[in-house]
Amino acid sequence: MAMTLAEKIFKSHVRDEPFPGALVLDIDVVLCHEITTPIAINDLVARGKDRVFDASKIKAVIDHVTPAKDSKTAQQGKIMRDWARRHGIRDFFDVGRNGVCHAIFPEKGFIRPGYTVIMGDSHTCTHGAFGAFAAGVGTTDLEVGILKGVCSFRAPETIRVNVEGILPEGVYAKDVILCVIKHLTVKGATDCVIEFRGNVVTKMSMESRMTLCNMAIEAGGTSGVCMPDEVTVEYLWPFVSGEYADKAAALADFKKWWSDEGCTYKKVLNIDVTNMEPQVTVGYKPDEVKNVSEVAGTPVDQVYIGSCTNGRIEDLRVAAAYLKGRKISPLIRGIVSPATPKIFRDAEDEGIIRIFMDAGFCVTNPTCGACLGMSNGVLAPGEVCASTTNRNFNGRMGKGGMVHLMSPAVAAVTALEGKIADPRTFAKESM
Amino acid sequence: MKTFGGKVLFLDRSDINTDEIIPAKYLTEISKEALRPHMLEDLKLDGFSSQDPAVFSSKVVVTRANFGCGSSREHAPWVFEVNDINVVIASSFARIFRQNMFNCGMLAIELPEAQIEELFQHKGADACIAIDFEKDMLTIISPNGTKAFLFRLAEFDKALVKAGGWVEFADLRY
Ligand code: SF4
Repeated sequence: MAMTLAEKIFKSHVRDEPFPGALVLDIDVVLCHEITTPIAINDLVARGKDRVFDASKIKAVIDHVTPAKDSKTAQQGKIMRDWARRHGIRDFFDVGRNGVCHAIFPEKGFIRPGYTVIMGDSHTCTHGAFGAFAAGVGTTDLEVGILKGVCSFRAPETIRVNVEGILPEGVYAKDVILCVIKHLTVKGATDCVIEFRGNVVTKMSMESRMTLCNMAIEAGGTSGVCMPDEVTVEYLWPFVSGEYADKAAALADFKKWWSDEGCTYKKVLNIDVTNMEPQVTVGYKPDEVKNVSEVAGTPVDQVYIGSCTNGRIEDLRVAAAYLKGRKISPLIRGIVSPATPKIFRDAEDEGIIRIFMDAGFCVTNPTCGACLGMSNGVLAPGEVCASTTNRNFNGRMGKGGMVHLMSPAVAAVTALEGKIADPRTFAKESM
Repeated sequence: MKTFGGKVLFLDRSDINTDEIIPAKYLTEISKEALRPHMLEDLKLDGFSSQDPAVFSSKVVVTRANFGCGSSREHAPWVFEVNDINVVIASSFARIFRQNMFNCGMLAIELPEAQIEELFQHKGADACIAIDFEKDMLTIISPNGTKAFLFRLAEFDKALVKAGGWVEFADLRY
């Protein structure tokens, strides 16, 4: 029978079906961060089950608040650190080597096509960009994942999104996904996998595909996925070259996960990007999306460029292309947070960090920080932030604050203007 | 198994997200107990105050569509749990929130929109909901009347509730 990529992954990973429709899958990688894991660890200890199913399949990072900002966050870090040492979890990324989870784990080559991935973090869907089934879960699922290497899911239906046309100047993956969420709404993909297809996705870098898949959850999706292709092979080659004779062999192997012709989709959404404008959210839900021309001129207090959505090197390059040789508005606080140490270093080497600093941005260490209003740029009540992150929920970046989600390009020119601006009206340096 | 039922807290809005149920700034807590006073602190809902004592004496939440969307934080079910709210009734749930509820041995009950609307007819009155877990039945009782509704739970979800949660279930079986 013709199957979707998600169905193939499910089929190859089913450990048990305790009840009809409830599938318990073997998990290939369990990812952990310091916000949702410590309670799982404490609970395992309290139950006398302080064990891990396979230390080599557990990867952990301290990323949400780092370095620790107070005694409580310090304690969360300590619980993680002690646990990783106790169980010999070697892939543990602590201060100085740490970055935003959904940026650093792929960068280390931990995610492969056909994998099942869970993490106590809703944006785990990001990793589907590699052709994996990657789902955010709660602490109890994480706890069982750590202990037993399994997780339960209902068999997923797939929504196929065909992104066709030619991306106009100033329009990026972020605009595409905001537009998709506008169409699907915040609950349109609940219990579904969103499959991103079409010539625009085929041409996208892994970074852009991660931006797409990252926000699948904002439409309620369990995972975003892209078909693993030449771009995937190139990205993963440093990690998989030992396993394949050549790239063609890797590609052939990856392609076995592709959704079959004639497989069943719950829904197909076609989006032509050729006339798309940059997209910006208004209000407090990520499906409240408008064309930039409708909201241009809205004053903001802070511009934030970073996060697991748009804190990767290509995002920093795009922003820097608009910022080069310019200064941000004196009324604006600009904050940029490269998502991993490697991204930071590459940005440094390419002169991008310098451009941000010359423009008047504050450059922070890699961390989630302001994205969830925990540190490094929390808003005051009544303040507005133009942000490249993924959630505009009430209070998300600070109690009483408001967030407009947008691409790094819109964020950069918004910083220059002090109000929401349209990147298509700005000249851009080539980076 | 937990105990289910009691005074109703009506939250008349769709798409209530987990940041509203428990703001991210409390995620630095490492005990569930510490979350207790912060339930629904950032909820955007006209006329609602999270400081209202009636909120904390409730045992059942009745709400609309897509409840618990957003973050995966199990702190959202936990903040209900430590406040003795073990049941949420909605026309639909976000997947992770729904799973988290059953994983904790709590009830996330989906009813058709029309029935949710009927439950909301009791809003403002002193309403209680009784749950008969074995019969898959809930009964709303208020000065506006009494009415019973049948609900359906997946067999797996029922098993999780009976087992007291997913850790117990998985530990026995895998
Ligand atoms: S950057 Fe923001 S959305 Fe991404 S993992 Fe961190 S807190 Fe979550």
